[in-house]
Amino acid sequence: MGKVKSLEELMKIKEQALRELQMRGETGKRGKITVAMGTCGIAAGAKETLRAIVEALAEHGISDVAVVQSGCMGLCEVEPTVEVRMEGQDPIVYGRVTPENARRIVKMHVLEGRVVEDLVVRRGEV
Amino acid sequence: MPLATNTILICAGGACISAGEKSVKNVFEEELKRYGLNELVRVIETGCMGACTLGPIAVVYPEGVFYQKLTPEAAREIVEEHVLKGRIVEKYLYQAPIGRPVPRVFEEIPFFKKQVRIVTRNLGVIDPTKIEEYIARDGYFALAKALKMKPEEVIREIKESGLRGRGGAGFPTGLKWELAAKQKSERKFVVCNADEGDPGAFMDRSVLEGDPHAVLEGMIIAGYAIGAQKGYVYVRAEYPLAIERLSIAIEQAREYGFLGENIFDSGFSFDVEIRIGAGAFVCGEETALMASIEGERGQPRVKPPYPVERGLWGYPTVINNVETFANVPWIIRNGAKEFRKYGTETSPGTKVFALAGKVKNTGLVEVPMGITLRELIYEIGGGIVGDKKLKAVQTGGPSGGCIPAEYIDVPVDFESLQKLGAIMGSGGMIVMDEDDCMVDVAKFFLQFTVDESCGKCTPCREGTKKMLEILEKITAGEGTEEDLVELEKLANVVKDTSLCGLGQTAPNPVLSTLRYFREEYLAHVLEKKCPSKKCKALISYVIDPSKCVGCTACAKVCPVQCIAGEVRKVHTINQAECVRCGSCIEVCRFGAISKVTPALPVEEVVS
Repeated sequence: MGKVKSLEELMKIKEQALRELQMRGETGKRGKITVAMGTCGIAAGAKETLRAIVEALAEHGISDVAVVQSGCMGLCEVEPTVEVRMEGQDPIVYGRVTPENARRIVKMHVLEGRVVEDLVVRRGEV
Repeated sequence: MPLATNTILICAGGACISAGEKSVKNVFEEELKRYGLNELVRVIETGCMGACTLGPIAVVYPEGVFYQKLTPEAAREIVEEHVLKGRIVEKYLYQAPIGRPVPRVFEEIPFFKKQVRIVTRNLGVIDPTKIEEYIARDGYFALAKALKMKPEEVIREIKESGLRGRGGAGFPTGLKWELAAKQKSERKFVVCNADEGDPGAFMDRSVLEGDPHAVLEGMIIAGYAIGAQKGYVYVRAEYPLAIERLSIAIEQAREYGFLGENIFDSGFSFDVEIRIGAGAFVCGEETALMASIEGERGQPRVKPPYPVERGLWGYPTVINNVETFANVPWIIRNGAKEFRKYGTETSPGTKVFALAGKVKNTGLVEVPMGITLRELIYEIGGGIVGDKKLKAVQTGGPSGGCIPAEYIDVPVDFESLQKLGAIMGSGGMIVMDEDDCMVDVAKFFLQFTVDESCGKCTPCREGTKKMLEILEKITAGEGTEEDLVELEKLANVVKDTSLCGLGQTAPNPVLSTLRYFREEYLAHVLEKKCPSKKCKALISYVIDPSKCVGCTACAKVCPVQCIAGEVRKVHTINQAECVRCGSCIEVCRFGAISKVTPALPVEEVVS
């Protein structure tokens, strides 16, 4: 490694290193989609939902939104539940997210910025 | 599943290492290898995450799932269930007070939620042995920015931020730098004081272990601001991991050209060396510290001249604490105004505390200045262990004082704490409950300063010793009211006439407990009672005949065999032989043994 002599060179190192850090889901993300993967969620088909979300994101070329899994959100009766948390917006929890609904959420909410009203089960922070 | 590759961050702070972090890490690595995942999943040791009671801790990314109290067995399960199958292993999650497991702790549990992370922002997030990860989190951008500014502009920014020395005294950092910058000298030095020695304090160690580059960057910026060419980090030998990680960081910074000749093509050159201290508490005092770096005996000298005038080898020197330096890059990057958004008017920014004692969540926390003790102890700290009553909070270690529970809503900042007779100190915070005897606490800290007094000046060398003797007399039940008068007088003399900070502050634990808990001293002296039932000479252990079932558990555990009684018959304790170790209370399942104060007269019980 040569010596860093300018801000530009430093920025280059940062960008390279940031890509690796981002893999950890820590920084630089525009938003985060959380799929509840408790037993209830998985039983209701959350794995298929998760796969559909990841595929839909890839399809639309969205790389700055993290997909993470969590435990049960407590809304077992409307599983699979998915929380969409875009920067600067209140988080939205969607219920009964089938793979088909998942694709709709990615297209409408993440891509076009419109909340999918008919699926909303909770708005804002708990 | 096309999810991003997993990364497992393991907390390798001192506390987690003692709790068995190494063996957990080994199992993670072995298991990942076994499943052929070692290429896909990275295991990274990171700095202290702060939640030391929960250690060993690991966070599994990309989800950011927070696992606690790990064992090798737990690591095996996490690899199989979480990494391989994508299922969170609930039983190792943090349990919220209401019993709900919380996977993403950094956002969700109050311990983390109330904190503001400036100094500790990278702790538990980056790999401290990789400079690239520090750069990814904006590391060394402040240095690049500072080198494009004039030195006096850098100093102005720090002055405007209102940053004050985090070592405890709270001297304005910008002013210190300005005084050093004004000195005309061909050589100047920057020294980082990492000789953290207060019992129960580990903020600086954690920062050095978890984010060494932040400290280095702060030092380099200070060097540029005052016109120094060389920096020293004085770190105690008891911190081997901090030394190791700092050494790696210095090597890497040299490789990247952040240390050495002509940094960022600015013409400014600076280098840093580590000096390892032998662990004398007094070497945390700046003049003693410099003497130690010079290879002299670590003893303080009279100030003035201050180090900014005549420091290392007689040259102007800026000495700042680890945490102070770690604040600097953030301030340069984000500006003084942004920094002032946190904290109070006279104490801007945050402070890192080591929460210890009878609080539920012990560990490392960073909070905005001006937060109340109540928020700190009850919201972040989770309250008192066993839900007992809070009695006092000790801040500032052996130099600080005890703040009684009635002042729990006082804001934590430099002035407020000083008004109460305590000090901010470097950030040790020991929480005490009703079982803690304030005379005993004062004795504990004084014992420490007596041991650590360097002996150069008489008030500290002789005065603290005399004070300790009086306290020993009081806790032994032989104190008089005159002793209390003498103790207070001596304390004030030592405070006013000692040479350095160690002696000047050594009486604080005594003076503050005398001020707020005088009735406890009086109980010891007049009634020979220890209200907290802590001082051995003033208590007796007794067995309640109505509760004792004669199970013999106490008799078996007694190390001096002073408990007599037949099976299924009431037992008795021979007071003359009892050493008051308390083992019997611990094993009694019937609550039949208790402590009484004052102590029972020995003859009476024997007959």
